[in-house]
Amino acid sequence: MDILITGLFLGGAYALIAMGLNLQYGIARIMNLANGEMLVFGGFAAFWMYTAAQVSPLLTVFLVAPAAFAMNWVIYSVMLRPLVRRARSRGQLEVDAILATFGLSFVSVGIMLALFGGDYFNYSYLARPITLAGDTYALNRATAFVAAVLICAAVYLWLNLSRPGLSIRAIAVAPDSARLVGIDVPRLAALAFALGGAITATGGALLSMFFTLDASTGVIFTLKALVIVIMGGVGDVRGTIVAALALGILETFVAAVIDPGLTLAAAYLLFIVILLFRPQGLFGRRGA
Amino acid sequence: MERRTILKTTAALAMAMGLMAAPALAQETLKIGAVGPKTGPLAGGAAVTHWPNIALWSKEVNERGGIDVGGTKYMVEVIEYDDQTNPAETIAAVTRLATQDGADFILAPYSTGLNLAAAPIFDRFGYPQITSTASTDRVAELSGQFPNLFFLLGQNSQIVGNAVDILSKLRDAGEMGNKIAMVNVADAFGIELAATAKPIFEGAGFELVYETSYPLGTPDLSPVMKAAKAAEPDAFIAWSYPPDTFGLTEQAIIEDLNVKVFYTAVATAFPAFKGRFGAAAEGIMGIGGVNAESASFQDYAARHTAATGAAPDYWASGMMYASLQILEQAITGAGTIDRAAVAQYIKDNSFDTVMGPVDFDENNNNPAYWTVGQWQGDAFRGVASTGREGAVAPMLKAGWK
Repeated sequence: MDILITGLFLGGAYALIAMGLNLQYGIARIMNLANGEMLVFGGFAAFWMYTAAQVSPLLTVFLVAPAAFAMNWVIYSVMLRPLVRRARSRGQLEVDAILATFGLSFVSVGIMLALFGGDYFNYSYLARPITLAGDTYALNRATAFVAAVLICAAVYLWLNLSRPGLSIRAIAVAPDSARLVGIDVPRLAALAFALGGAITATGGALLSMFFTLDASTGVIFTLKALVIVIMGGVGDVRGTIVAALALGILETFVAAVIDPGLTLAAAYLLFIVILLFRPQGLFGRRGA
Repeated sequence: MERRTILKTTAALAMAMGLMAAPALAQETLKIGAVGPKTGPLAGGAAVTHWPNIALWSKEVNERGGIDVGGTKYMVEVIEYDDQTNPAETIAAVTRLATQDGADFILAPYSTGLNLAAAPIFDRFGYPQITSTASTDRVAELSGQFPNLFFLLGQNSQIVGNAVDILSKLRDAGEMGNKIAMVNVADAFGIELAATAKPIFEGAGFELVYETSYPLGTPDLSPVMKAAKAAEPDAFIAWSYPPDTFGLTEQAIIEDLNVKVFYTAVATAFPAFKGRFGAAAEGIMGIGGVNAESASFQDYAARHTAATGAAPDYWASGMMYASLQILEQAITGAGTIDRAAVAQYIKDNSFDTVMGPVDFDENNNNPAYWTVGQWQGDAFRGVASTGREGAVAPMLKAGWK
């Protein structure tokens, strides 16, 4: 029970890390290697608001999300749309996007270094124990888990119940045919990209309550997000959630029962096994 | 044609004037190369310990008119490179400073690994390398191989040994029991310290009731802390790196780990540690320490805070600044910018620094350094050293409130 809850909390954190990238890669078709930097940006905003004005990170997210949304919209419109326009195939766009966003990640790190310095963003918020089913857990992790559940549910419902959600899913399935039925692909792709960035930055603000971040830690989160998105299946929200929770529970199980030194090995073993049997990911479509 | 001639003449005239004017305007400057992480895994630590001291020192030197070399004042010009916490980049940057930028002196890089990676390059180009953030047990071997390599920060076996001594004394005085939980980050630093510590603890009669390692960057350390707590230790020892030093301490607070001694390694001495944990930091032990009451350290801390906007840490910051003071005093003392003469001067003389006097032994090692510190009140105070003055008595960890 203890392992399950700890694992779920960690899985929730992973879902926050990976959900945004899934939207960006699955729908906007941009493999965004600057994803982690957006997360660190959100974390920094929370740190800064908390240390400068004692504003709770849970309130800061309402500032961070729109700011990140606008920022990502601009990034997509200015930097990535020309790549989308000139790309003749999905493969070419993927290569171009990887190169462009790889560069963007360096630029982002440089900007954050110049603005905030290289020091750790360190603060303590809700670092109090709570008792669930007889065991103690950190309140900040539980809070982040609740937020992760809300965000994932909102994204899932929006994609499945709303009209733009339906259109966005259509783009994920068949970007070329979607245009033929009157879907404004460029606008919705920008929307998905911006939304993904907003979710990632929100995740960063929430995770900064218990992760120690600095300007150049983004790449760690990009890697983790990549593993989860590929494992869950590109373009499917359910896949990302399931993969994130599975990874969280597995890592906690290995750490608690076998040895904490083997968590990374176990995580990548799971990754390999899933790719061996389902190369398209848990919920991915074959040939997508 | 005519216009071209005029242009040519003007250009020639300007050049000639420039040439004539040059010696009159020129100011003597020393090019000082600085290499260290601005990005990558160690950037957070370097931003506390490495870069602010370089900024502080170069500002102070230039404000007082430069370094005195045989009666001539040399201003310093610092050329900085980011090595991205990548040893290959450290080597490339040091090589570039030596061959292309024509650096007169190069400051030692940051951390044990990056310093050792760059040592052969410093040696090949004949630059003295005064390390202040490298900690190793192979000092004699290394300084034999690289004669201009100096060590300020100390040796791992002493750092570990002094920590065990403190625990032994507390146990023998009947203040705590015999059971130790020891964890380490699975990285060169953590593995070496844990491997050094284990036989020393066992030799001192301690029982290791929990022992594990965890990967660098582990996102959730609560399983480690829960297992450690379940083993009911009297002392918790972690050979940890900055992100996990914070992570383990936070989990200990949440789990209300009931130990008499709580020890975490790198970053325990950072002001940000106290900033984050506040009163809960009271009584936490860690690597390093300073004589927080000494006037020279307090003066240094005040200047550091005023110039860089952040307080120095209570371990390597002072040593980093001391390495710069030693370089400056050696250049002035030798009266030349000849690097071999400066290196020889460092070996032959003792220096007055913010951390107290420094006199390198025959292995280019500074024999007197702080090994264990503890948060007591508003400072991380040295409780054990290998010959520094001002140690305070260790106290037991009394809860997390």
